[in-house]
Amino acid sequence: MAAQPLSEKEAIITVENLEYAYGDFKAVDGISFTVKKGEIFSFLGPNGAGKSTAINVLITLLALQKGKASVAGYDVTKDPQKVRESIGIVFQEITLDRDMTVWESLEFHGKLYSMSHTDRRKRIEELLTLVQLESKRDVRTKNLSGGMKRRLEIARGLMTRPKVLFLDEPTIGLDPQTRMRMWDYIKDVNKEGTTIFLTTHYMDEADQLSDQISIIDNGKIIISGTSWQLKNTLGQDIIYLEASNNDAAIRLLRNLPSVKDITTKTRGFLVSVHEDGTKVLPIIMERLHEAGIRIDTVNLKKPSMDDVFVYYTGKEIRDEQPGKSGFLSLRPGGH
Amino acid sequence: MNYGFANIYWRDMIRFVRFRTMLISSLLQPALWLAFFGIAMSSSFDSLMSGMPVPPGAHAVGYLTFMAAGIIAMTTLFTSLFGGMIILFDKNWGLMREILASPMPRDHVIIGIGLSGMTKSFIQAIIIMVFGILIGAGFFVGYGAVQIVIAVLGILTFVAIFALGFLFLSAGIAISMETPEGMQGIMTLLTMPIFFASNALYPLDAFPEFLKVLSTYNPMTLLINGIRYFAIGDDFVALGKHYIYTTGDIVLSFAGLVVFALIMYVFARWRFDKAVVT
Repeated sequence: MAAQPLSEKEAIITVENLEYAYGDFKAVDGISFTVKKGEIFSFLGPNGAGKSTAINVLITLLALQKGKASVAGYDVTKDPQKVRESIGIVFQEITLDRDMTVWESLEFHGKLYSMSHTDRRKRIEELLTLVQLESKRDVRTKNLSGGMKRRLEIARGLMTRPKVLFLDEPTIGLDPQTRMRMWDYIKDVNKEGTTIFLTTHYMDEADQLSDQISIIDNGKIIISGTSWQLKNTLGQDIIYLEASNNDAAIRLLRNLPSVKDITTKTRGFLVSVHEDGTKVLPIIMERLHEAGIRIDTVNLKKPSMDDVFVYYTGKEIRDEQPGKSGFLSLRPGGH
Repeated sequence: MNYGFANIYWRDMIRFVRFRTMLISSLLQPALWLAFFGIAMSSSFDSLMSGMPVPPGAHAVGYLTFMAAGIIAMTTLFTSLFGGMIILFDKNWGLMREILASPMPRDHVIIGIGLSGMTKSFIQAIIIMVFGILIGAGFFVGYGAVQIVIAVLGILTFVAIFALGFLFLSAGIAISMETPEGMQGIMTLLTMPIFFASNALYPLDAFPEFLKVLSTYNPMTLLINGIRYFAIGDDFVALGKHYIYTTGDIVLSFAGLVVFALIMYVFARWRFDKAVVT
């Protein structure tokens, strides 16, 4: 499984020219994409970009208006029942009954999907362990922390061993620490073989989690690819160097055609390049070596997803984010 | 076979038992009606009516006995009309997305809510009967054990169909509404005419003609006919009026309730099929 390249894996979600309008307003305006089995796929975009509408069509809560969509091999229009049986969902808002306990919430869900009694009991135990809520079994959900509620919802989404788990803004409203722990849970779930379809307006979330990212804005997909591919298309990588003779090194590198700009720092200097930094770095190293300049430290900094987003949509995400971080303000890691 | 409705039922009953204040008030409220309104009214009415002739074969019953049947119906009406409220809360803040996105057919929500509301009405009806008899309502007078069991089952059957009808109505409205305030408004608007244009507290005879027609076909009146028939008998005098219920009357009343419940079910199905919750 692990050795198999992504491109050869079968598609588990295919969407062709999907459109969805509320009256005159086109929330989803002709999007097409494919999600392959076993991957984490992200829809990255600001609030109101059409992410939730698209997800609601895929999970059959909204009737498809135009285009084609199939999930887990079933057409959402022709076989909505089969689609429903094959997926798990974590909604954007918390959808728990405040007055039911953790155990009851899972039991209720299992029954909704006609799971057998023994299967339900077994699965609940497995999931409580997975999301570390064993000790909260008989606690009413209103007494859980925000992170615990989310974990419970993820466990609920996994009750029926879905082929695809849809997560609509899974970490919205959680503190940074809890968010990172949620990412670990999501990665664990994915490692066990569940395909994950995620929407988020957090750049770092899409960046950290996804195998594939589609940036969506105003109902349209603007660009798709791996996080690495997306960042490389910007071609504005930054290389940080500390050399035995910084001044000599800077003089030498200024003449390289692929070097765009050099900024000096306290102990080293930043080189911004026109091309893919991973290709330029070996050339730089070679030149410095030839000139007899020793390199003490080297660091390649890719543009962040924020930069990618701003570049392709021409605007920043219209929402407050924890720790705004454009790449120009970022110091290379570890310095 | 999908047992989804049993799941909806289970969950609604958990909430019913868990909300202690709601549970206790819903059980206490009908008893309070009976204790205060019932005793106060019956002491004034009964003194007015004393000495009126009673036709042969009929027996005279006090006002408390007469209105206790009305209180059972009233309690069932209120409980059922508000029984769908949970759906509105679920829609806005809770499980409705989870439920509607599941493979469970939507009619199971309607049936599950109907059955749990019906159970609540059963509990309330039994409490009112027991409490009513304790404070002097003349229910099941002269009945043997078997007759009492049959009578109670008869009453509960009427209560069940009536409750289901209004629970379906309530569920259908709840899934269509946006706010609890709006729903509350509609419910209040509905309860008034249904309750007062019925024979719960007084006979229909003195009503103006149009109101009389309306009241005769009011599901509330149909229910009360059934309750009085089983609890008091087929021939009695109350508030100076001679009541005779033939088997045909009762069958018609029951049939009327069944038709009402079916129409309400179709209404709820229609509303649920239309519902989009995202």
